[in-house]
Amino acid sequence: MEVMSFLADGILLALEPINLALIIAGVTVGLFIGAMPGLGSVNGVAILLPITFLVPPNSAIIFLAAIYYGAMYGGAISSVTLGIPGASTAVATTFDGRPLALQGRASLALVTAALASFVGGTVATVLFTLFAPVLASTALSFGPPEIFALMLLAFATFVGLGGDDIPKTVFSICLGLVLAAVGFDTISGEPRMVLFEIDGFMRGIGFIVLAIGVYGIGEMLWTIEQTRGEVTTTNPKMTAKGMMSDAKEAAQRGWKGTAIGSLIGFFVGILPAAGATPGSLMSYGVAKMLSKTPEEYGKGSPDGVAAPESANNSASTGSMLPMLTLGIPGSPTTAILLGGMVIWGLTPGPRLFIDESEFVWGLIGSFYISNIAALVINLAFIPLFVWMLRMPFTILAPLIFVLSIVGGFAASRSIHDLWLIVIFGLSAFFLRKFDYPLAPAVLAIVLGPIAEPTLRQSLLLSSGDPMIFFTRPIAGPITIIAIILILLPAVKLLRRKLALAKN
Amino acid sequence: MRQGEISLVGLLALFSLYLIWKSTELPIGYIRGQGPGGGFWPFWLALGMLLSCLASAWKWWRTQSPASRSDEPFMDAFGWRTLLYVGGSVIAFVGLISIVSMYGAVAVFLLYYLRFLGRHSWFLTLAISLSLPIGLFFFFEAVMLISMPQGMSFTQPAFDLMYDIIY
Repeated sequence: MEVMSFLADGILLALEPINLALIIAGVTVGLFIGAMPGLGSVNGVAILLPITFLVPPNSAIIFLAAIYYGAMYGGAISSVTLGIPGASTAVATTFDGRPLALQGRASLALVTAALASFVGGTVATVLFTLFAPVLASTALSFGPPEIFALMLLAFATFVGLGGDDIPKTVFSICLGLVLAAVGFDTISGEPRMVLFEIDGFMRGIGFIVLAIGVYGIGEMLWTIEQTRGEVTTTNPKMTAKGMMSDAKEAAQRGWKGTAIGSLIGFFVGILPAAGATPGSLMSYGVAKMLSKTPEEYGKGSPDGVAAPESANNSASTGSMLPMLTLGIPGSPTTAILLGGMVIWGLTPGPRLFIDESEFVWGLIGSFYISNIAALVINLAFIPLFVWMLRMPFTILAPLIFVLSIVGGFAASRSIHDLWLIVIFGLSAFFLRKFDYPLAPAVLAIVLGPIAEPTLRQSLLLSSGDPMIFFTRPIAGPITIIAIILILLPAVKLLRRKLALAKN
Repeated sequence: MRQGEISLVGLLALFSLYLIWKSTELPIGYIRGQGPGGGFWPFWLALGMLLSCLASAWKWWRTQSPASRSDEPFMDAFGWRTLLYVGGSVIAFVGLISIVSMYGAVAVFLLYYLRFLGRHSWFLTLAISLSLPIGLFFFFEAVMLISMPQGMSFTQPAFDLMYDIIY
C-alpha cells in the first residue's frame, strides 16, 4: 500500500502543469530525433541536458526521460518508412517493419510499433514500481560470465535469424564481431586491427556506420536494381477507421510478440551494460522461435515488429533501475542521465529511494504519463510518416541517400566514416546478391564491444578455464540453452537427411 | 551467378586471411595474470570467417546454394547501369563534401538525381534541391549544434550569411 501511495504522489507530481508540458515537449522532440537516421535517444538527451538546468531536478529528469521515451518510439519510424534503423535499438524492427511498408501496410507496422511500445513501457513501469529493490540486487549478481552467456544466447538467436545458409550467417556474425574489434584493445590500450594502416580505423568502426551502409545505401541499391527502379511502396490510405482497424489487427497478430518483448526487454534492460539493443534482438529471436509460423518472420509479421518494439521500450525503463538503485547505468543514455543527476546534486544509489523519494517517485509517475503521451503523439503523427511513403520513389530514394550520408556524419563527425558507409553499402549490395544475411553482422557489431571484454574478464577470473560458463548457477543454463540453439539447425538438417535416406 | 559466387567466396576468404594475419600483431594466446591477449578475439573470429568461406565453397561445389545452380549472368545491363549511375552518384556526393560543403553536396546530388535520374520538372527539382539543404542547415547547426563540413574557402561567404541568421 505504501508503494501505491508513493506512486499516486509521483503521478500527481508528473501531472503538474510544468511537468506535463515538459513531458509533451520531450516526447515530441524525442520522437523526431529518434526518427532521424543516425540520431537516437543518447543524442537528444546529451544535447538537451544543459537546458534542464533552468528547471528543478524533478522536472529536468522528467523532461529527459520523456525524450528517452519519445526517441524509443521514434526509432521505429525510420526503420519502417525508410528501411534504415534510426538507432541500434530499432535494428530488429526493420526486419518486418520494412516488408510491411513495402506491402502497403506501413500504417499497420507503425500502429503495431506504437501499441507494442506502449505496452512494453507500461509493463516495465509496473514491474519497476513493484520490484525495484529486489530486481536491483538480482541484476547485481550478473558478472562477466553471465553477461557473456547472455551475449552468446543473443548470437545463437542470430543463427536462427539468418535463414537456411548457416555458413553465410556465421560469416556475417564473425565479420560484425571482427569489425567491432577494430580500433584499440580496450584492455591493453594498444592499437588493434588498424586495417591497411589507415589512421581513421584507430577510431574504430561504429555500429551506425555499418547500419547506414547496409540499410541506407546497400539495401537501396539492391531495391532499385531488383525492381528495375519501379518501386511501388504502397498506396496507403490513412483514415481514422483504417487506423482503428490496424490497431485491432495489431492487437490480434502482435500480442504474442508484445508479451515476449515486454518481459525479455525489461529483464535484459536491468542488467548493467546490456541495454535495449540486446533486449530487442533477443525478443525478436525468441518470438520467432516460439511462433507457430516462423516462416512469416522477415516477410512482414506484426509479431516481428511488436517483439523488438515492446522490448526496447521495456528495456529503456528497465535500464533506469540499476541507474537509480545502484548508480550503474544500463545504457549510454542512462549514463548521461546519471551524469545529470550528479550535476543536480543527487547521489544515485540505494539511499536515493529514501533520501530523495519525491524525486524518484515523480520520475516513476512520469513514466506512466510519458508512455500515454508518447502513444497519443506517435499515433497522431503516423499519417505524416505514412505520407512520406506516397512520394514517388525517385524522390524518396535520393532523400534516403541524403539522410544516410548527413545522419552518418552527424553520428561520427568523420569523412573517413562516410567513405566507410559507401564501401559498406556497395559491399552489402554484392553480398546481398549472393544471399549473405547482413542483419547478423549489424547486430554483431553492436554486441561485440560487450561480448569481448566480458569473455576476456571471465577467462581471466577462471585462469583460462572455459568451464566457468557452465559451472555458475546463472551463466550455466544460459550457455547450455545458447549451445542447443546453435546446434539446432545442424540437428534439423541431420534429421532431414536421415528422413530422406529412409525414403 | 555460379562463377560470381565462388569468386566472392574467394575474395572473402582472402580478406579473412588478411584479418587473421592482422590479428596476430597482438598476442593471440593466454597471458598469465592478464588473460587472453588483444589478438585472441579477432583471431578466432577471423578463423571462423575463413572456415565459413570453406563451408560455402563446399556447398558451391556440391551445388547446394541457389546461386551455384544458376546459369544466369550475375547482373544484366540495367543492373550495371544502376550501379554506375546511382552508386556512382553516391560516391561523387561524398567526394564533393570536402569541396562544396555538406550542404552544397546535398544540393548538387539532389539536383542530379531528381532531374537526370528521376526526370522531375525543373521547378520540383530546384524546390527540393534548395530547400532541403537549407532545412538541414538550420536543423543541424542551430537546433542540434552539429557542425557539418564547410568545404573549401569559397563557400565561406554563404556560411557567414547563414550564421548571421542563426546568431
